[in-house]
Amino acid sequence: MAKIVVDVMLKPEILDPQGNAVASALPRLGFNFATSVRQGKRFEIEVAGEPTPAQLAEVEKAAEVLLSNPVIENYVVRVEK
Amino acid sequence: MRVGVVTFPGTLDDRDAARAVRAGGSEAVELWHGDADLKNVDAVILPGGFSYGDYLRCGAISRFAPVMTLIIEQANKGMPLLGICNGFQVLCESHLLPGALTRNSDLHFLCKDQVISIENTSTPWTSSFTQSQEILIPLKNGEGSFQCDDATLASLEGEGRIIARYVGENPNGSRNLVAGITNTRGNVVGLMPHPEHAIDTLTGPSADGLGFFTSILNAMVQ
Amino acid sequence: MSLDTVAQAAAHPDTAQPFKELGLKPDEYARIKEILGRRPTSSELAMYSVMWSEHCSYKSSKVHLKQFGEKAPKSDALLVGIGENAGVVDVGQGYAITFKIESHNHPSFVEPYQGAATGVGGIVRDILTMGARPIAVMDPLRFGPADAPDTRRVLPGIIAGVGGYGNCLGLPNIGGEVVFDETYIGNPLVNALCVGVMRHSDIKLAKAAGAGNLVVLYGAKTGGDGIGGVSVLASETFGDGGSTKRPSVQVGDPFVEKVLIECSLEIFAEDLVVGIQDLGGAGLSCATSELASGGSGGMKVQLDKVPLRDPSLSPEEILMSESQERMCAIVEPSKIARFLEICKKWDVTVTVIGEVTDGKHLEITWNGELIVDVPPRTVAHDGPVYNRPFAQPEYIDRVNAQTISVPMPQSSAEIKVAILKLVSAPNMADKSWVTAQYDKYVQGNTIQAQPDDSGMVRIDEKTHLGVAIATDANANWSYLNPYQGAKLALAEAARNIATAGARPLAVTNCLNFGSPEDPGVMWQFAESVRGLADGCLEMGLPVTGGNVSFYNQTGDVAILPTPVIGVLGVIDDVRTRTPMSFNKAGLELYLLGTTHSDLAGSEWAFLHGQRGGNSPTADLQNEMNLIEVLLAGRSEKIFTAAHDLSQGGLAMSITEMVLRHMVGATISLKDTAIDLLSETPGRVIVAVESSQAGALIDLCVKYKISLSKLGTTGGDSLVINEITISLQELKTAHTSTFPKLFG
Repeated sequence: MAKIVVDVMLKPEILDPQGNAVASALPRLGFNFATSVRQGKRFEIEVAGEPTPAQLAEVEKAAEVLLSNPVIENYVVRVEK
Repeated sequence: MRVGVVTFPGTLDDRDAARAVRAGGSEAVELWHGDADLKNVDAVILPGGFSYGDYLRCGAISRFAPVMTLIIEQANKGMPLLGICNGFQVLCESHLLPGALTRNSDLHFLCKDQVISIENTSTPWTSSFTQSQEILIPLKNGEGSFQCDDATLASLEGEGRIIARYVGENPNGSRNLVAGITNTRGNVVGLMPHPEHAIDTLTGPSADGLGFFTSILNAMVQ
Repeated sequence: MSLDTVAQAAAHPDTAQPFKELGLKPDEYARIKEILGRRPTSSELAMYSVMWSEHCSYKSSKVHLKQFGEKAPKSDALLVGIGENAGVVDVGQGYAITFKIESHNHPSFVEPYQGAATGVGGIVRDILTMGARPIAVMDPLRFGPADAPDTRRVLPGIIAGVGGYGNCLGLPNIGGEVVFDETYIGNPLVNALCVGVMRHSDIKLAKAAGAGNLVVLYGAKTGGDGIGGVSVLASETFGDGGSTKRPSVQVGDPFVEKVLIECSLEIFAEDLVVGIQDLGGAGLSCATSELASGGSGGMKVQLDKVPLRDPSLSPEEILMSESQERMCAIVEPSKIARFLEICKKWDVTVTVIGEVTDGKHLEITWNGELIVDVPPRTVAHDGPVYNRPFAQPEYIDRVNAQTISVPMPQSSAEIKVAILKLVSAPNMADKSWVTAQYDKYVQGNTIQAQPDDSGMVRIDEKTHLGVAIATDANANWSYLNPYQGAKLALAEAARNIATAGARPLAVTNCLNFGSPEDPGVMWQFAESVRGLADGCLEMGLPVTGGNVSFYNQTGDVAILPTPVIGVLGVIDDVRTRTPMSFNKAGLELYLLGTTHSDLAGSEWAFLHGQRGGNSPTADLQNEMNLIEVLLAGRSEKIFTAAHDLSQGGLAMSITEMVLRHMVGATISLKDTAIDLLSETPGRVIVAVESSQAGALIDLCVKYKISLSKLGTTGGDSLVINEITISLQELKTAHTSTFPKLFG
């Protein structure tokens, strides 16, 4: 069953202290691959059946108005199998 | 003079705000989030707390409460409105104020007695203070870092709409040490620290916070 | 797997059951079969296993704890004593205060944030269920060495959890402790205290009375949290292999609890419940069996009615679930509509799951089939009672015979170095890094919080009536002499209350020990309880309730015995309390009490790896006289400030006083090193105006408290004889430690 996924991330210019904390913690544990880490949110929305274009448009609206705060966040809507 | 104090599920400082309203000389009126009824109040306070547990984002769900529809309507007509801490977050989520409050830069909840300077005394919530007056009131939050884009910051500064600024070290990463702002019209004020917890020296670090609650009485008497 | 019903159990007596995995011993399993006259169903087995676990049944401690009842001093203030969810005391003006302290040690080791958070949540619900509005919390915490890697792992999470849950509930944190000792590595202690206020008529008890009354479950939905938490986690020690108990941890949501508090208080205000119980350790198993036991004994529950977060849970799991933020109320049919309305207003899930019957059994069905049919008292109250063997361990005579050998500073330079070393030690250092993560202002009634000697909240805004609470423990002394250690901790907590001018009224306790299966540990426990009971009798302070946490050990090594004693007191006017310190020059400083050479178990000895010697001997008559002096010092307006001496001795207390408002002091000491570092109990530093010096002397003569002048306040340094330490240097030493350690 497919689901609609909304990924929400802080805008690049907004300070992300949680991402920074993760980035600092990684090398302490021996992981040295990261040059930067940003932390966001992921919403998984189930609908009955396959998502329609109309539904996706509605999810976009919901993302704009509720799931994200456009002042400080960006979002991406997609369908995942 | 009637000042409404809104209770959302999870609001914590409503009774303290009501106490401060009474100490300032006005009548405190309880407003329930689910009732689209402002009970003829002259001004409204959105108090501090963790409304809806800060689910999704602080204030993100409260802003859609039935009572908020009326509040937004009245605020747009000039009704004085004060958002303290979580209340400030609700005002930003409602777009009555610009910008957003984000996680404290050091990631910890911080409760401390904070000096702020009052930089705009022409709002109905700050008229009791003198320009650049420094006051000591509690700051207590986990998401108090004020963020906005450069254009917004420029207009806030340029138009004198930063009503309070942190003095000394930046406690939470707020841009330009912003502790409180007002809208273009000057009737809606958001303030991160808690004046309602500084109304006497028995229970607070000073009585400096009372000024916010005497200001509103004076504003409405005029 | 098919449902294991009562009929099945009767028909198939020889079915193998996993009683061992659930933590029951063979003789306990046999006893259950005897009680029921058949083998238990798997649901009944689940209930007995959690309710008969050490954490829930107190099976190892009961025989000793009954001393609190047997030796209870007569007290007019006690409204509800031991046995209910929390004790209740009358504090005057029609107000009743309920308070209790509990542990959540093992879960906090496994999952620090959630363990600490749900520890706070649990104790708050215990207070709520008595009918009170919770008004404050405190958190005595103990960790391994400050610089140990595992302390880095658990401490930040525990602090964040205490703050995260308590702040979101809107409860001010008015005090606590942070203690570091290698004894707690692998076994951090997270004790949480809550205090609540109500009118006398509001008191609620956990009884299911009145056949036909409804059993109502409200609050969060039930999920798989902490299944078997009590029996699996709290009744076993940790193997050296580490944390494999992860699935058993409970996860809390403070927002749901905040809403639950407001919803419940509205329900109470309209007098809609006959009895009520919160769901804590052992969840529904506990709530149903205790409520039924508290009533006439009959109750019917339809378990399938329980609202679930996870529909895959089996009946056994539902009965054992420790999902947080749930309450169980007994409601008359005529009142249920209004009850449901209030829950709807607050958007709280509420379900009628059963009714009180006039039978003698607790009967639970699942989709119409009977899966539990037990006499509730056998589950909730008549569990096994063990008389565990106890014997004085060999270490006692050995360490008591040791003489302390610590370097005692002689020259001015050495003394200055010693003071700076002491005030910057992790146990002594400024704890703002911790307390800044706690809201102390919410509710607007906090009068005192950390770093004051006690937490104090105002409970009446018109009359300014207030209550004060302090918690104390001294594991070093309890290790050397558990009997004296408990008495000394009691005396210290009472003294902390009295220092601000509040009269001690009642006691709660959280007894943290190793395995009761170790006769030496059991002896430490027995002696501590005996000491506390004797001390409470002598001081006229009843024990209103508390908590026992056993199995705090890793492998064979138990923690030092750590009985944490909480004392509650009342003050008629918080505005006249005696502050901890002074903010003006020219006051006279006096030491109340006599200093002896008491270095055994002291912080100074601890810093030098010396743990032997003899603890001081508690002189409770003297402590009681001192309390009268402290109370009169406030009521007769003699004192300007007062601060008691404890760990770190006079060096620590005078440092705390001068740093509070950055006003220095000049004092002279005779036996400087001993005067500064000894930890003789029963001592307080007071600051008075010179005009009050005479009154102070008279007061001390009246109560036979020895008094010696220390010096005067003022300046920007701490001057001791010819030694001068600037306040700035003292402050830097005192306040740099925590930020350096924890960032």
